[in-house]
Amino acid sequence: MSGAELLPAVAWDEPALPQEPARGYWASACRKLARDRTAMTALGVLALIVVACLLAPLYADRVSHTDPFASNLNGTITLGGQDVAVMQPSTAGLGLGVTPIGPTWRWGPYLLGADTQGRDVAARLLYGGRNSLLISSLATLICLVLAAATGTIAGFFGGAVDRVISWLLDVLWAFPVFLLAISLSIVLISHGITIGPIDISAGSLALPILIIGLIYVPYVARPVRGQVLALRRSEFVLASIGLGMPDTRILLRDVLPNVMTTLIVFAPLMLALDMVAEAALSFLSIGVQPPDASWGTIIQDGDTLLYTRPIVAAAPGIAIVITVLALNVLGDGVRDALDPRSKVRVR
Amino acid sequence: MALASSGRRFGLAAALLAGASLLAAAPGARAALDPAHKGGTLHLLTHAPEGTLDPQINYTLKNWQLYQFLYDGLVAFQKAGGSAGFKIVPDLAEAIPTPTDGGKTYVFKLRKGIYFSNGKEVTVDDVVHSFNRIFRVSGPTAGTFYADIVGAPECLKKPAGCTLPGVVGDAANDTVTFHLIAPDAEIMDVLAVPHASILPADTPDKDLGTTAAPGTGAYMIKSFDPAKEMVMVRNPHFKVWSEAAQPDGYPDEIDYSYGLTDEAQITAIENGQADWSFDPPPADRLAELGTKYASQVHLTPLTAMWYVPFNVNIEPFDNKDARQAVNYAIDRNAVLKIFGGPALGTPTCQILPPGFSGYEPYCPYTKNPGKKWSAPDMAKAKALMQSSGKIGAPVTIITEDTEVSRDIGTYLQSVLNQLGFKASVKPISQDIEFTYIQNTKNKVQMSVTQWYQDYPAPSDFLNVLFSCNSFHPGSDASVNIAGFCDHKIDADMQKALTTSITDQKAAASMWAAIDREVTDASPVAVLFTPKHVDFVSKRVGNFIFNAQYYWIMPQSWVK
Repeated sequence: MSGAELLPAVAWDEPALPQEPARGYWASACRKLARDRTAMTALGVLALIVVACLLAPLYADRVSHTDPFASNLNGTITLGGQDVAVMQPSTAGLGLGVTPIGPTWRWGPYLLGADTQGRDVAARLLYGGRNSLLISSLATLICLVLAAATGTIAGFFGGAVDRVISWLLDVLWAFPVFLLAISLSIVLISHGITIGPIDISAGSLALPILIIGLIYVPYVARPVRGQVLALRRSEFVLASIGLGMPDTRILLRDVLPNVMTTLIVFAPLMLALDMVAEAALSFLSIGVQPPDASWGTIIQDGDTLLYTRPIVAAAPGIAIVITVLALNVLGDGVRDALDPRSKVRVR
Repeated sequence: MALASSGRRFGLAAALLAGASLLAAAPGARAALDPAHKGGTLHLLTHAPEGTLDPQINYTLKNWQLYQFLYDGLVAFQKAGGSAGFKIVPDLAEAIPTPTDGGKTYVFKLRKGIYFSNGKEVTVDDVVHSFNRIFRVSGPTAGTFYADIVGAPECLKKPAGCTLPGVVGDAANDTVTFHLIAPDAEIMDVLAVPHASILPADTPDKDLGTTAAPGTGAYMIKSFDPAKEMVMVRNPHFKVWSEAAQPDGYPDEIDYSYGLTDEAQITAIENGQADWSFDPPPADRLAELGTKYASQVHLTPLTAMWYVPFNVNIEPFDNKDARQAVNYAIDRNAVLKIFGGPALGTPTCQILPPGFSGYEPYCPYTKNPGKKWSAPDMAKAKALMQSSGKIGAPVTIITEDTEVSRDIGTYLQSVLNQLGFKASVKPISQDIEFTYIQNTKNKVQMSVTQWYQDYPAPSDFLNVLFSCNSFHPGSDASVNIAGFCDHKIDADMQKALTTSITDQKAAASMWAAIDREVTDASPVAVLFTPKHVDFVSKRVGNFIFNAQYYWIMPQSWVK
């Protein structure tokens, strides 16, 4: 009997430090996500919302037959064979007040009624969704790119670089996020901003995209930095350093792919946060500017109709709730599929 | 004066229209105070305060409505309802003097025994100083209302420390003599408005801001926090010297609270938590008020206008075709729907309001131009835009951050975009909007605002809003917001003012012609003449609407 036969079988534990994901890892994660019915339902809901919003011009042209950006205070529609004014003056009592037409609940003009300018709420809801989704998507992309860059550089290089970047992130994080967003918006929304050759005009969607993208950078950069700090001490990274590989190669080939899972987990969660932030800024008239619509501006339009036409404010509010809920559920599913041990939470 | 964010002016025109009001104000002489109702606190609401407390600078209805019972002038508009409210009566002066020297000299004898709220007796020195101060603080009407006082032109050029040789006090005889450059048919009107309030001689020659000057009125400002409220209490040194000019009031205290939204204000009044709101009720509550709370609603036609000043000195509205294009394109019925419906106003094109002296119906900016506005003429508007060469020009519309003003701005944005402009709307705080749009440094191209009669004279609309003297570049007090200055029209206005001294009928015709001239020049787009909606709580009794200053608050009781 050899000495090896005398030794009991020992199951070696996997190393504690993270390893570079295997090629089968992504496929496995996708399969896991596909099997998560709740996440898939959320994805389906999101897809439905996106498709509906993309079809806004078709809806406005073929179904609503109105221009959702032009006032229509003297318009009429045909209901039950009769011409009905879109804006209806009161005839009871002292005859005060004018009320926009309420929801017709039929496939056609003014499905959800009209707002204070006589515009079709359903058409504006779809157009508003386009802007809300566009702004939150691009803001999320900017946030993740900046967070990945800053967190990775800070965590990998350490020392003075880490101290400076961490200090900048701390300064940004010290401001309550909405206060910072509001302050930046008020300053920039009046006159726009010029960054070198790039001139962003006052009413441009690029302004809320940049502002919302910027304010949430610390929320992603810090966890990324922490992960990179751990990766920096991993064997394969140390080996690369020891072999004299350039830092750029190490960052791009060894560090970033491992950080990618964290970023992917953050994506739907940040999308949800950015959507709420956009709605808040637009509600305060410092996000999307009229006559453009977003779910936040439509809520503001409905603010003055709460007593008579609550649907104008409720519809975009419900849309935001459903979208954010779906994003959060999807985010949970993605996290469970990619990194179940992850403690990533966005507070 | 502008209403919500500017001053309001009441005048004879409102009195003439009193018969058309749904709930007419009580006419005629005032009844004595009923002691059974004396006491309690009147709770008023508004979105925000409007500018300085200085009565010689503030030019907003919101404050002028308060000044009627906080301050006094040599004369005053009678504190009575209906057309009686336009009558000018002696106030701090014993009587209204008959002019001498061809109408250029007035000698006022000051009443004795009237005290400011700081306990100091009113003297001739206080009167002289007050009129000098109108110029020293560069009051918004120094160059219009008081320009006929001898020495006024020099004071307008060099206001700091100036002294009007045309206002002479005689302490021994308690008289103040006014010498005018030329006879002025409106001198009593301008002496009756709050800019001519008599303040203590030691009042600093600068904008008082949030500090209240002592006054002689039945009430005084006890405290003022522009973020929270103004508290007014009875003036401890007040005694009634003229029921017509300055009567005593019912409530012991009047609180004016800030910060609630329009919706919350209406709900508070419905619940009895407040008694009245200065701000127009939000559009979506009007139907409710007009049905469920009809007995608490008072509707009164006004001599006023909602209008859109164009800045005629900067792009793109330095071009007359561009201005007229907007005038033709605006659907004034649509704007009225935003305001609350046809029951609350009348579409109009011209400057002078209906029923006003010199008013002759005129509307060029409509389909089938003639006397009355009927419909927008978009074809004509687009043709004018083509000839203007201003297609594609960016325009920012400044509005108040109130619901109606903002919605009118959004509607106008839609109209401008249809015409080919690139329009945007910028709502700003009601507290600063009126002064903001007056200051040329802000380069405001177009705004939404209102104008209410200061006193019952056509010059109060035409001369005050469109004369060269009313345009002060770089100043917050430049009520000629459009920056319009036509010397020929100016000369016509001076001629009309002079003619009105001797021949009111001829002057009225002249003002009608000037009204047409200014309307055609299109420095503004007049939208509609409004009716005023006062919604009061159930406990408010004896509601009196004065054509000059609207609701006379202290004359209503809450007990």
